[in-house]
Amino acid sequence: MGFVRVNFTLAAFAAGLVLGQVPALAASAENGKVAFVKNGCWQCHDFNGQGSVSTSAGRVIANTQLPFDAFKAYVRDPGGAMPPFHVEILPDSDLADIYAYLESLPKPRAAKDIPLLNQ
Amino acid sequence: MPKKDSSAKNNPKLDRRKFLAAAAVAGASSAVKPAMAATEAQPQDQPRPPSVLPPNARVAAAENGVPDIPPYSTEGRPGSDFMVDVIKTLNIKYLPANPASSYRAIHESLIDYGKNTMPEFLTCTHEEAGVGIAHGYYKIANKPLMTLCHGTVGLMHATMNIYNAYCDRVPVIVVNGNDLDAAHRPPGVPTVHSAQDINAIVREFTKWDDTPVSAQHFAESFVRAYQIATTPPCAPVAISLDDGLATEPIRDYGQKLSIPKYVPTAAPAGELGAVREAARLLVNAERPVIVADRAVNTERGISLLVQLAELLQAPVVRQNGRLNFPTTHYLGRPESVIGQADVIIGLELADYWNTVNKFTDNNAQGVGSVSSRIKPGTKLISISTLQLMTKSNYQEFQRFQSVDVPIAGDVEATLPALIEAVKLALPDSRKDAIAKRGQAIREAHMKGRDETKQLAAIAWDATPISTARLCMEIYAQIKDMDWSLVPSSGNVSNWPLRLWAMDKHYHYSGDSGGYGVGWGAPASVGGALANRDEGRFSVSIQSDGDMMYSPGALWTAARHKIPLLAVMHNNRGYHQEVMHVQRLANFRNRVVNTGSDLGPIGTSIMNPDIEYHKLAESVGWWAKGPIKDPAELGPAIKEAVAVVKSGQPALVNVWTQPR
Repeated sequence: MGFVRVNFTLAAFAAGLVLGQVPALAASAENGKVAFVKNGCWQCHDFNGQGSVSTSAGRVIANTQLPFDAFKAYVRDPGGAMPPFHVEILPDSDLADIYAYLESLPKPRAAKDIPLLNQ
Repeated sequence: MPKKDSSAKNNPKLDRRKFLAAAAVAGASSAVKPAMAATEAQPQDQPRPPSVLPPNARVAAAENGVPDIPPYSTEGRPGSDFMVDVIKTLNIKYLPANPASSYRAIHESLIDYGKNTMPEFLTCTHEEAGVGIAHGYYKIANKPLMTLCHGTVGLMHATMNIYNAYCDRVPVIVVNGNDLDAAHRPPGVPTVHSAQDINAIVREFTKWDDTPVSAQHFAESFVRAYQIATTPPCAPVAISLDDGLATEPIRDYGQKLSIPKYVPTAAPAGELGAVREAARLLVNAERPVIVADRAVNTERGISLLVQLAELLQAPVVRQNGRLNFPTTHYLGRPESVIGQADVIIGLELADYWNTVNKFTDNNAQGVGSVSSRIKPGTKLISISTLQLMTKSNYQEFQRFQSVDVPIAGDVEATLPALIEAVKLALPDSRKDAIAKRGQAIREAHMKGRDETKQLAAIAWDATPISTARLCMEIYAQIKDMDWSLVPSSGNVSNWPLRLWAMDKHYHYSGDSGGYGVGWGAPASVGGALANRDEGRFSVSIQSDGDMMYSPGALWTAARHKIPLLAVMHNNRGYHQEVMHVQRLANFRNRVVNTGSDLGPIGTSIMNPDIEYHKLAESVGWWAKGPIKDPAELGPAIKEAVAVVKSGQPALVNVWTQPR
């Protein structure tokens, strides 16, 4: 499947500066896209992080508003229905890449501008 | 197997296979006009039953015409001809079934003596498909069909969808070919396919079954089976069809054969005292919530539920066993409102426990955590037929939930009394507060709708195609017609229920009930069959995994010219299992092994990808795909709609996101 290709290095760098987070500095959205699939994130969150009412309680992780540390803490120990991804199966570097991928996804258009959503 | 009758006892040479000559003589005194007798016997002054019920034989005859069955005597007539007369009195329109030697006698009678009308035989490629078609048909038409199964093996094939129908409280008349007489049945295969008690295979998930041993017994059993199946709680029933009884000439027991008149049974309504108590709780509640699952499946039922909700200005949570409540109504709300409720009324909930409790599958040891969804002190009311039909073995009755006011009864039959009780109990002093509550819900509804649309916009142009885009591209092509989203299997995050305007029961009629995979494809064909007779456009959202269980249902649609637009939700996996195996690997702190697939080994449907469009073409459908680019989807569906309008089934194979 052909995902939207985004070179995220600059954006991640900028985000890392703002957030002061070292992992994000080295993150690659392109690698993150691969890691997102390889680690099975797509299964519940769909390939573009849009999620589903039936698999992610409707939560959207594309363009997540969570800072990286909070994101990482949640993935390591979600507590709810999501199974944990410990560091042994998902290294920090992969997680940082996944975060970068999610941040790189294009913002959705406004629903009012999509005719099929206004039938 | 026919009983030994007195004539047989007096003449030991008269066994089952040598009965022909004797029956030919004796039958002359047993001349009957069974079908005519059944209709003539209708009393003129009988009160009209409630409109919620299916039509009785008289009404059905007036509407559709009962075939003219000439008077006949039993002389030399095979038992199966009489059985066909019995079946015809019940106005059963179709008989989807896979042909089989064990019921060859009635098969021949149906198509030759019965002229293949009422019922019309629909050729199926699997017994499971026959039952699934009957199930889907009922959900749209509210009329049951019958199917025939081939002995032990055929009934075993049918079982999963019989279980689905049982869980979904849908009537199907299942007739099982069998040959009881071990001394006379052919050896070899027919004996292997026979059983001492064939209905035992499905007894735990049918409402009733019988093994008739004479023609008269068959007539009474069949009409009884129909009546039991269609009286709420509705469910499948099973009749064993003895090959000897069907093949041989009708035996004379010295009594004229007759066909019992079928009169629909009034559905059970809740006890009035309990209904009044429910009304008292509801009108005095600050935050009442109505939850509806398999509650109503008629226009009248939907209208009654709207009346109740508007009287109370109470939000309605749809659990989607049926449409229940218009998607366009401002009182339709998500399940999160359950947590704010002080009174909840559950209407035919398949799982009340899970409505007010939350189970989270989050423990590596296999024990999930449970939390309450409701506030302490929330009063619970239930109107349900669940307690009127509960068996032991199969656990579809779910965990036990204690309820403050449990009312045993059919929802649609009970709603008029509940509405009246609410009107009587509603004090003027509460009316302002109730109106204010309604206004707040209306505002929340509008906000929620806008938020839902914005969620649908995410990944709108993505590849694979998002399920929101898939659903809205379909809706754009059908919304200006009289349309029906027929029962099917695609799990597309409920987008149709969230964004399509649905206010008729046939716009959406719920899932399989038992979640047995292999139901969607045949059920969608059954739903389309019912819609065809109403001139209504049918569309299904068909999942890939389900399709491969019974793809033969597609051929049945092509063979019998059943127009249906099937849009594949092809996420190339058994996606529920994709997630389950990943979940277990995570709990065990292991990297899941995906081999060369996307999902864990054993859960993907890829390498090679299945070309559903080619599969459909090979069985006589128009088809297109695979569609991967969202920009190509609308034009492909438009093309397919035109084909379906011409009377052909059409399939569009779409590569989609998982959910």
